[in-house]
Amino acid sequence: MMIFETLDMAIRAVAANKLRSALTMLGVIIGVGSVIAMIGIGEGTKRKSLEQLEIMGSNRISVMPDWGRGRGGDNNDSTLRLSDVERIERMVPHVQLITPVVRGRGGNSGTVKFGGNTHRTNVIGARPEIQIIENARKMIEGGFYSQEDEIMQNRVAVLGYEVYSRLYEGENAVGTTIRIGDQPFEVVGVVDYKGGSGMMNPDDQVYIPFNTAAYRLLGTRDRISYITAQAINSDLMNVTLDDITKVLYSTRRNASGEALFRVFNQAESLEAIQTQSRLLSLLLAGIASVSLLVGGIGIMNIMLVSVTERTKEIGLRKAIGATRGSILSQFLMESVVMCLLGGLLGIILGQLGVRFVAGLLQVPPVIDQTAILSAFGFASVVGVFFGLYPAIRASNLQPIEALRHE
Amino acid sequence: MNTVIKVENLAKRYEMGDMIVHALRDVSVEIQEGEFVAIMGPSGSGKSTFMNILGCLDRPSGGQYFLDNQEVSQLNDNALAEIRNKYIGFVFQNYNLLPRTTAMKNVELPLLYAGVKDRSTQAKIALERVGLGQRLDHKPNELSGGQQQRVAIARAIVTDPVMILGDEPTGNLDSRTGEEIMALFQELNRAGKTVVIVTHEEEVAHHCKRILRFRDGRILKDETVENPVDARDVLASMPLPEDAVPTS
Repeated sequence: MMIFETLDMAIRAVAANKLRSALTMLGVIIGVGSVIAMIGIGEGTKRKSLEQLEIMGSNRISVMPDWGRGRGGDNNDSTLRLSDVERIERMVPHVQLITPVVRGRGGNSGTVKFGGNTHRTNVIGARPEIQIIENARKMIEGGFYSQEDEIMQNRVAVLGYEVYSRLYEGENAVGTTIRIGDQPFEVVGVVDYKGGSGMMNPDDQVYIPFNTAAYRLLGTRDRISYITAQAINSDLMNVTLDDITKVLYSTRRNASGEALFRVFNQAESLEAIQTQSRLLSLLLAGIASVSLLVGGIGIMNIMLVSVTERTKEIGLRKAIGATRGSILSQFLMESVVMCLLGGLLGIILGQLGVRFVAGLLQVPPVIDQTAILSAFGFASVVGVFFGLYPAIRASNLQPIEALRHE
Repeated sequence: MNTVIKVENLAKRYEMGDMIVHALRDVSVEIQEGEFVAIMGPSGSGKSTFMNILGCLDRPSGGQYFLDNQEVSQLNDNALAEIRNKYIGFVFQNYNLLPRTTAMKNVELPLLYAGVKDRSTQAKIALERVGLGQRLDHKPNELSGGQQQRVAIARAIVTDPVMILGDEPTGNLDSRTGEEIMALFQELNRAGKTVVIVTHEEEVAHHCKRILRFRDGRILKDETVENPVDARDVLASMPLPEDAVPTS
């Protein structure tokens, strides 16, 4: 018998009992839908963190002071000094760029004013290298401050996009004067939108020269908030991390030998987040597969009922020449058609789910082609697997007994 | 004249627990092409078992069965399915049509299993031959019992089998409709088709040219019917019912 006829017969049989078929398919619809949704959301999260990495700058190393338990992030308590930066510069070979950072947050130093507008933000005191390290190369206006500004402790500022849009509402910023705390700063540049979010939003900050911040604005002098640096390339990241740790450990440790600083590989911490989200989506995909399995069992159940109900039909078909194989393929095709139809509806449902959840989580909605293909493939495997037993039962019926069945 | 059916020393035994039931013992008979045979006998006489073996729905425990000069008694399931498809046309007491399926599709079914591509032409010819040329797209629940049995007969003849096997084909029908179905069988037989029917009604059997009477698993009597009843004459003498639908 030809495949087209078998398919035609199967579609007729599925359509003949619409409500039952729909209920039977529900398990597969939900299973496939959630597989698609989970994979899509997992992929979206991954893409988002890759974007985040791009925003933060690559090969980036941060050295944070260890404030110790119960002590806040006040600059006066910081264990890091400007001399630590100089020692790293001198003694660690693979550091390409490095800058001390002093951060004013809260209080007057974090408040930026222009005209009648006020905005509270992160004020980052750092050397001009920060532009490359934090990947803030793209400017929409002006440029970054220079080494000369750094040496001269000039009151100049580069605005993040968020700060700019809050204070200027689209007007030109370069050449104007803003107030940070109670001091006037000349705006020399505005960094283009980077698409950050959260606590350390790179769009919501103002860069000023390190020396200006340390000596003129905050008075922190040689106490620094943290150090940020860039390794020459990603292969040398680990060596560089080790070297920095060694150099700092010689002086920055307490009496019991604990290091008073921590060295971070930013990419690594992102990778950790990524691995977590990947694990999570794998887990969810696992749960989704279980529901696909349950859906498959539902199909098997209904197919067994259907075989019993249609025993007489099977007997007749055999009497007029249906072989074992043609009965087998007829019933197998029915369960495959149901699974594939369920899979199709599941894909539509999954896409809607991805869009909805991605909107909630603020990640890009990713409709993964391979996920769709594999969900479809999986659905047909479920159809064949769970349809096989009922189909074999049907094909093994003896025609006389089947015809006699009431 | 071709021998359509030739059985020799046919036997069928069933094991029921410790007992062995002999449904058929040592049956030998020949049926020639163009014959119209009735198989009769009380229940338990072996007529149904014999019918099942003739229809290749069951295999004998002993003896040989030549269908159209081909030994078929020990063929495997798939070979038997093919034999049933090509050589035998079944007509059942309760029609056994597929529900929710048009007359055309029902008649096409054996052609489907035979792998015929252009099925609708042959199905249409078969339905016209049984007088249902105007009812091609009707589903079984839209047809009367007699019409459903006509669809079943069309399905039986559509593959042009060597014989038609009827299992109580008039059993579910009133006498007039039953007579019409017998008229159709006789018409097919006059056109050369071999017809074998199982019946327990003498009246029906006397429409046939030959009667095989079974008892206790053996052929008790093999009669030739002198002047078989012509269903057309019976129909002509019957008063036409008020709601009658003229047949072909």
